[in-house]
Amino acid sequence: MLMESRQKKEINLFTGRIIITAFRESFIKLSPVKLVRNPVMFIVFTGAVISTLVFIKNLLAGHFSGFELQISIWLWFTVLFANFSEAIAEGRGKAQAESLKKSKINIKAIRLSSGREEFVLATELKKGDLVVCSAGSIIPSDGEVVEGIASVDESAITGESAPVIRESGGDRSAVTGGTKVISDRIVIKITAEQGSTFLDHMIALVEGAKRQKTPNEIALTILLSGLTVIFFMAVVTLPAFFSYSLDSSGLPKEMNLSLPVLISLLVCLIPTTIGGLLSAIGISGMDRLLQKNVIATSGKAVEAAGDVDVLLLDKTGTITLGNRMATDFIPAEGVSAEEFADAAQLSSLADETPEGRSIVVFAKEKYNLRGRTLNSAETVMIKFTAKTRISGIDIRLPDGKIKCYRKGASESIKKFIEDNDGFFPQNVKETVTRLATQGATPLVVADNNKVLGVINLKDIVKGGIKSRFEQLRTMGIRTVMITGDNPLTAAAIAAEAGVDDFMAEARPEDKLSRIRIEQANGHLVGMIGDGTNDAPALAQADVGIAMNTGTQAAREAGNMVDLDSNPTKLIEVVETGKQLLMTRGALTTFSIANDVAKYFAIIPALALPLYTSAGKPGPLSALNVMHLATPESAILSAVVFNALIIIALIPLALKGVRYRPLPAERVLGENILIYGAGGLISPFIGIKLIDILLNSLHLV
Amino acid sequence: MLLALNTSISFVTNTNWQSYAGETTLSFLVQMAGLTVQNFLSAATGIAVLLAVIRGLTRKSTSYIGNFWTDATRSVLYILLPLSLLFAIFLAGQGVVQTFHPYVTATTLNGTEQVIPLGPVSSQIAIKQLGTNGGGFFNANSAHPFENPTPFSNFIEMLAILLIPSSLTFMYGRLIGSGRQGWTIFLVMLTLLLSGLAVSYYSEFNYSKSDGLNLIMEGKEARFGPGNSVLWSVITTSTSNGSVNTMMDSLTPLAGMVGMFNIMLGEVIFGGVGSGMYGMILFIILTVFIAGLMVGRSPEFLGKKIEAFEVRMAIVAILSPNLVILMFSAFGSIITPGISSLNNPGPHGLSEILYCFSSAAGNNGSSFAGLNANTPFYNILTGTGMIIGRFGVMIPLLAIAGNMAEKKITPSSDGTFRTDTWMFGLLLIAVILIVGGLTFFPALSLGPLVEHLLLIK
Repeated sequence: MLMESRQKKEINLFTGRIIITAFRESFIKLSPVKLVRNPVMFIVFTGAVISTLVFIKNLLAGHFSGFELQISIWLWFTVLFANFSEAIAEGRGKAQAESLKKSKINIKAIRLSSGREEFVLATELKKGDLVVCSAGSIIPSDGEVVEGIASVDESAITGESAPVIRESGGDRSAVTGGTKVISDRIVIKITAEQGSTFLDHMIALVEGAKRQKTPNEIALTILLSGLTVIFFMAVVTLPAFFSYSLDSSGLPKEMNLSLPVLISLLVCLIPTTIGGLLSAIGISGMDRLLQKNVIATSGKAVEAAGDVDVLLLDKTGTITLGNRMATDFIPAEGVSAEEFADAAQLSSLADETPEGRSIVVFAKEKYNLRGRTLNSAETVMIKFTAKTRISGIDIRLPDGKIKCYRKGASESIKKFIEDNDGFFPQNVKETVTRLATQGATPLVVADNNKVLGVINLKDIVKGGIKSRFEQLRTMGIRTVMITGDNPLTAAAIAAEAGVDDFMAEARPEDKLSRIRIEQANGHLVGMIGDGTNDAPALAQADVGIAMNTGTQAAREAGNMVDLDSNPTKLIEVVETGKQLLMTRGALTTFSIANDVAKYFAIIPALALPLYTSAGKPGPLSALNVMHLATPESAILSAVVFNALIIIALIPLALKGVRYRPLPAERVLGENILIYGAGGLISPFIGIKLIDILLNSLHLV
Repeated sequence: MLLALNTSISFVTNTNWQSYAGETTLSFLVQMAGLTVQNFLSAATGIAVLLAVIRGLTRKSTSYIGNFWTDATRSVLYILLPLSLLFAIFLAGQGVVQTFHPYVTATTLNGTEQVIPLGPVSSQIAIKQLGTNGGGFFNANSAHPFENPTPFSNFIEMLAILLIPSSLTFMYGRLIGSGRQGWTIFLVMLTLLLSGLAVSYYSEFNYSKSDGLNLIMEGKEARFGPGNSVLWSVITTSTSNGSVNTMMDSLTPLAGMVGMFNIMLGEVIFGGVGSGMYGMILFIILTVFIAGLMVGRSPEFLGKKIEAFEVRMAIVAILSPNLVILMFSAFGSIITPGISSLNNPGPHGLSEILYCFSSAAGNNGSSFAGLNANTPFYNILTGTGMIIGRFGVMIPLLAIAGNMAEKKITPSSDGTFRTDTWMFGLLLIAVILIVGGLTFFPALSLGPLVEHLLLIK
């Protein structure tokens, strides 16, 4: 189900429209006001401007320099490529925001004012207004159901087409503006002002309008600026050393390094790769979460997710299948096992819930009862409804008698039987109580007024969850299971699932205090929750993910919302956070390691005329290990490589460095090998190839 | 005046740059009460700052990182004084003079009169070596027979240079509760020291072959020979000591470059007393920040998050000495007061200027003595450089310590970036070499590197 919804939402990044928009955006982003936020790229921009001016000045003086022209062009490309990476990272979010905006326009609402119904535009609604929504109408704004029950299609927000139930009271009362009521009629109390609804927030978030630099991004920007200052010093002092060397070699001062050459050296040395891709990495981190149907309210939360080392997980839905499964049939006295299994299966045929299906499957597997063809003329399916809380089947037998199989919670069945003048046997009652105290869920099956037996529904630990927890452990993350079960049941499930710790009979305030204790010990805590009573804990946790099915309070307290309402998401969120940080580290390392090769390309080229004797090239040409053809081609190749590597790494920045759940040591080792050693070697090859190409095209 | 100011700064900052000759310029009182006292205090200051930084790393949720007077006094009383006493007595036993007797006048074999300077030398030499100060009693420093008379005294003086800085890595390990961390840093420093030494040895002994000579002896003390001279040159430059038993200026270009580069790396290869270790912490923070991200956690060191403030301060601290070296050298290499002090033309002249400001900024104190540094230009600039090089590192680092002390400590887990493994050691070496290399490669290539290439042609 999850996979389907994800595929549905996938917007391909490299579609024509996004690329064209990104292309246009790269030029719009050339505005110095925007560029100044990124010191590294601002330096490149300034360099491009200066080198272009130098070219124009020389051109006006009658000296056309193809070298200066090409340097200027490639410097502009460097800035444009960086802008392009950011624009394309924003592209998907923008496309998504547009489709969200469409679901906002022209919604009409029926407002209840002093008992009368009146038509108003959704934009006129205020907090506290009561509106009526009936089948087929769009919910005008965020609110809480105060009256009625309805099924709602939330696919506009979640991408999930299966409708969900929303009812007044309890934890399923929140509705979101822009979603559609499919059945019944509900009265909603508006809880959000216009402009600050969930949909508005979502649009702002995916558009990146509210994007702020995250703490780690700020620190990294400082580091990159610091490196830029260091390289600026190294470059700005070079003409002085060069002038001294020219003097010593008996050469005229006019041969000193030109501005475009110095700018080229500077741009090659400052960390443009990571500087150019930094914001794309951040945006795509949030974007990847969005693809997993999780909305983070800030990039900070995504980053914090990578640091989480304690996960509080609700048992139900995360560790165990949210749905209990039939594990046992216990017939009442005087009923044979086969007879009861048959009745249990028949009564569940109309029950489409996972529990119901599990009963059919269990009967088939254990008692070899195949699903049978039932003549529809002779049977009446009784569907499960929220009101009756009973499902079943009426079968007209050939002798004209009608068998009324019913299945439901013991209270409901008891009522059903007593309505049919039957009685509820004591031993069945005892069985029900016994199973209930073991943490299981007993269901009772009846035929007309006779109780046939009890179906035992139990928690089933999810397949594969144990190895997932093992992976988390190797990543250094501790898992704590939270459950309302009694300690014995909790311990049994905890052991089966392989969690590190559990909290039994946990009340909401216990969750909160547990989070506080973990945090006081220096841990970062992630949790996922839905109910209103989870809100304080969600707010306290470093990463709090609210389920979209949850209450408005919970959604506001957390810093992420999971649209699929799938509790296992927490683990994926943590992985995305880690991936984001790894990508930044890997590209920083790569960027710095690149500089070694660039020095070996540029310095020998610059120093070629120094200390020459008898027409031989200067002694420093010994450093030209790549054997680049000419000084001009060496410098130009380095600049071209520096620009192209940004483009080449855009997919990596957007997809993120490959993530595998391994201990830190191994992850580090692999990344150093790929991005450290790779960053050291690859530019030697790249620059050499570009040099060959430039020379064969006679561009220099 | 300027010389006195320069000398005062020099001894206060643990540099012991000497633009003067001790035996002809200073009285015994100035040598003992002025310079020797500073030798103790500047070393003790280094240890005190290191201790404050370590407390910043180990304490949590506090704003207190210790008391300077307590730490400095203890360092002097329990470490520097007892060790100095021991070494002074030993060196005196080897023949280092220790007397208040006035200078002796002797008649030489060819009949001329010669003044032989004496003084309370042994007591100053002990702390000069132990405290990585390096300021000699005599102008010739440890090449002088009264400062360094025998091969054994030569060995002991080299040992004394390394003794405290290397011990401090283990002190660090014990204080943060992980001996492995101390060992890791010790091995990183040792590796860097030995690599430099290998290049120097290769260079010194290889030129001799190409020249058809046995050994290059220019500027070397015949009693020690090239082996001991080169070893000393590497040790004294990596430790921020700056005492010499040979003329650094006469080393082969590559060996000279190794010395210069050792200083340019920030004096963290054992480095000065205290300052070497705290300088290394700076690089550790930088390494943790760059590489730590690659394990998928925001960077943390010893359980403490490295955030914007720490990065900013670390950058300032790494930038300060580098700024002095590059900017002042560039300035010196284009204006007349800078160039006119040069004794050698060509690339070697540039090396002399580079070395001069590296030595000042790195608080080393040794020099390529072909350069006449006792001019107003050099006295002012090296003086300024020494202050920036010392306090431009110390102050930001203390700010980091204060800020770190207030943080919580995240318990380590399998997901934590570990700083006590060989992999971290290699990374740390790479970061130190790359930061230093990338900053100074252009300058070095136009100085010692081109000189080397010209020589081997």
